[in-house]
Amino acid sequence: MTPLLEARHVTKRYGTNTALSDLSMSIDTSKPAITAVVGESGSGKTTLARMILGLVPPSEGQVLYQGQDMARLSGPQRRQFRRDVQAVFQDPYEVYNPFYRVDHVLTTPVRNFNLASSRAEGRTMIENALRAVGLRPEEILGRYPHQLSGGQRQRIMVARAVLMKPKLIVADEPVSMVDASLRATILTSLRKLTDEMGISIIYITHDLATAYQVSDNILVMYRACVAEAGAVERVVKHPQHPYTQLLISSIPQVSTTRDWLDDEGDQKTAATPSPHGCRFVERCPVAMPKCSTTLPPLYRTEPARAAACFQHEASPELPNGALNEVLTPTA
Amino acid sequence: MNAILKVEGLKVEFEHPLGAVKAVDDVSFALLPGERLGLAGESGSGKSTMALSILRMIKPPGRITGGRVSLDGTELSALDHEGMRHLRLAGIAMVPQGSMNSLNPVIRIKAQFADAFRDHGLKLTSAELETRVAELLRTVGLPPHVANLYPHELSGGMKQRACIAIAICLRPKVIIADEPTSALDVVVQRQVMETLARVQRDLGCAIILVGHDMGLMAQFVDRLGVMYAGRLVELAPIAEIITRPRHPYTQALISSLPSLEKRGAMQGIPGLAPLLRDLPPGCAFHPRCPRAEARCTTEKPAVREVAPNQQAACHFA
Ligand SMILES: Nc1ncnc2c1ncn2[C@@H]1O[C@H](COP(=O)(O)OP(=O)(O)OP(=O)(O)O)[C@@H](O)[C@H]1O
Ligand SMILES: Nc1ncnc2c1ncn2[C@@H]1O[C@H](COP(=O)(O)OP(=O)(O)OP(=O)(O)O)[C@@H](O)[C@H]1O
Ligand code: SF4
Ligand code: SF4
Ligand SMILES: [Mg+2]
Ligand SMILES: [Mg+2]
Repeated sequence: MTPLLEARHVTKRYGTNTALSDLSMSIDTSKPAITAVVGESGSGKTTLARMILGLVPPSEGQVLYQGQDMARLSGPQRRQFRRDVQAVFQDPYEVYNPFYRVDHVLTTPVRNFNLASSRAEGRTMIENALRAVGLRPEEILGRYPHQLSGGQRQRIMVARAVLMKPKLIVADEPVSMVDASLRATILTSLRKLTDEMGISIIYITHDLATAYQVSDNILVMYRACVAEAGAVERVVKHPQHPYTQLLISSIPQVSTTRDWLDDEGDQKTAATPSPHGCRFVERCPVAMPKCSTTLPPLYRTEPARAAACFQHEASPELPNGALNEVLTPTA
Repeated sequence: MNAILKVEGLKVEFEHPLGAVKAVDDVSFALLPGERLGLAGESGSGKSTMALSILRMIKPPGRITGGRVSLDGTELSALDHEGMRHLRLAGIAMVPQGSMNSLNPVIRIKAQFADAFRDHGLKLTSAELETRVAELLRTVGLPPHVANLYPHELSGGMKQRACIAIAICLRPKVIIADEPTSALDVVVQRQVMETLARVQRDLGCAIILVGHDMGLMAQFVDRLGVMYAGRLVELAPIAEIITRPRHPYTQALISSLPSLEKRGAMQGIPGLAPLLRDLPPGCAFHPRCPRAEARCTTEKPAVREVAPNQQAACHFA
């Protein structure tokens, strides 16, 4: 079956800076799942999201929607794409017009996409979408943006995405502006969208702990490349890339064992970085001589995961383009 | 041991056409010299207001309506404008919420230090300034050339360390850091917190860390205060908070943290934080509390000692 979206050898450059390097993956929404994309600031997460959303064209390679190059979609195909794939961004405040009630951001797509045949039906759809994200319509509708909390505004954005009955939601840092307890509430409602409504989600975050909680698969990005990918349970419990290991050991745990600050953590090593070598070499505690000169490919260390690190070179290489083989569907 | 900072019955209100918002409602605690105290709670619970009111930095429509704060025995309300200005930075230094994004974008880092020194009437020659700034930057692990950069030339972690360096430039006795790492990724967060810990050791000062990440609190602070709707509802040594939280809200905060042990274990706190100008009667937490009983809807629980060094405001704690 043709996947909903496919990235083929996609590279994005800004000037001389490579924001995303030769990524291939497809998003097959026939088996709904949540895929987390995790990595430090500047690793290329938003660049990936914006290309999937068709907001920026790749410098090299192609993004395909239902087998068609995104750059060459027909009018109706483009319209269908704008229903099938929805975006939720970090700070929704700018989406709201302060002079309109929040209803406006919900009624507009209903009208523009003729989602309902009557006003009453539209209203019911909106109420259902709000309930799907854990909001009570009577507490939300009729209010102005400033009368709602940041978490409520963010959930309305998710509700707006749900209204379109999309196949995929791309959520870029949807909870990084809200506090820990609301984070849990919002992410739990995202999980329900996948489990109960069959919507696939790409969840972009720098918070590996929430990624572990809600997603099925994970891509760990480091400086424009995939460092590690696979089933989230395996990757988080037994990280195989030194960068993933660093990320996990950096998370402060609720525990009476206080070793977080004593940890050696991130140390600069003596290795000299080279444009051709492993991008993590300057920070890698286990770097080998060849790491400075050669870029490690992804090695398939287990059926459901791969790591781009020479420590695993005994495992077979995962051909570029076969990333999906290690991302397991849940259903 | 005598407290370095003492807060007694502090109250802050914001005027609002529909009624006063009690953002800090009768909060008391004492900070010991060299101690690390955390202040945790949901967004809007009054943490930043609390922190700002210690330094009397509340602006209208906000107003301190009661309470006393003293530093090392000196009552702050007795200080005049000049005395208060001197106390900021030299006595108590604040790293405000979002400060890394409020560095002045058009002036170099060095000049931001110069501003702080000038504010305190310190006249330094440019050679002296150079040396002091380099030394302060080194304290927070930044190379000296950072002094000549503009804020946008620094990464988030570097900006946050620069803010810490500015805050400590007059060797304060207390540092108040309001969510110093919430915009940073975990690797950088740990570097910044290591910096803060080192600075604290060097200065021998106490720290109040404001935030909502219970994992960070568990790893960093000695004691934790939990705020709900403007009140300090629990205050206890961090190990007690983790192993035996007394207040149901503290328990809920801990459960909302995503664990790395078990998937699907993360639980948000049901319902919404209450409107501060229209609090539920009785215990303000009762509409969301899994342990609420009839009494909770009418009778406001007082803060009481539930164990040595441990206080909580819950009828059943
Ligand atoms: N419009 C742009 N113009 C120039 N450079 C850009 C642009 N957008 C992104 N970049 C660069 O591309 C790289 C990847 O950026 P990207 O925004 O994808 O990172 P990210 O992983 O989303 O980071 P963050 O966690 O900070 O959001 C960075 O080096 C960034 O500076
Ligand atoms: N300038 C202001 N005018 C009116 N109300 C204010 C003002 N500043 C704060 N408040 C109110 O005081 C209460 C406490 O706010 P505060 O910023 O102290 O919370 P916080 O716990 O620091 O939250 P966060 O985690 O979001 O930083 C909130 O209900 C807020 O609406
Ligand atoms: S390839 Fe080498 S430098 Fe890169 S992560 Fe693996 S061991 Fe470290
Ligand atoms: S007093 Fe009652 S409602 Fe309040 S926290 Fe205790 S049990 Fe819950
Ligand atoms: Mg981004
Ligand atoms: Mg605050």
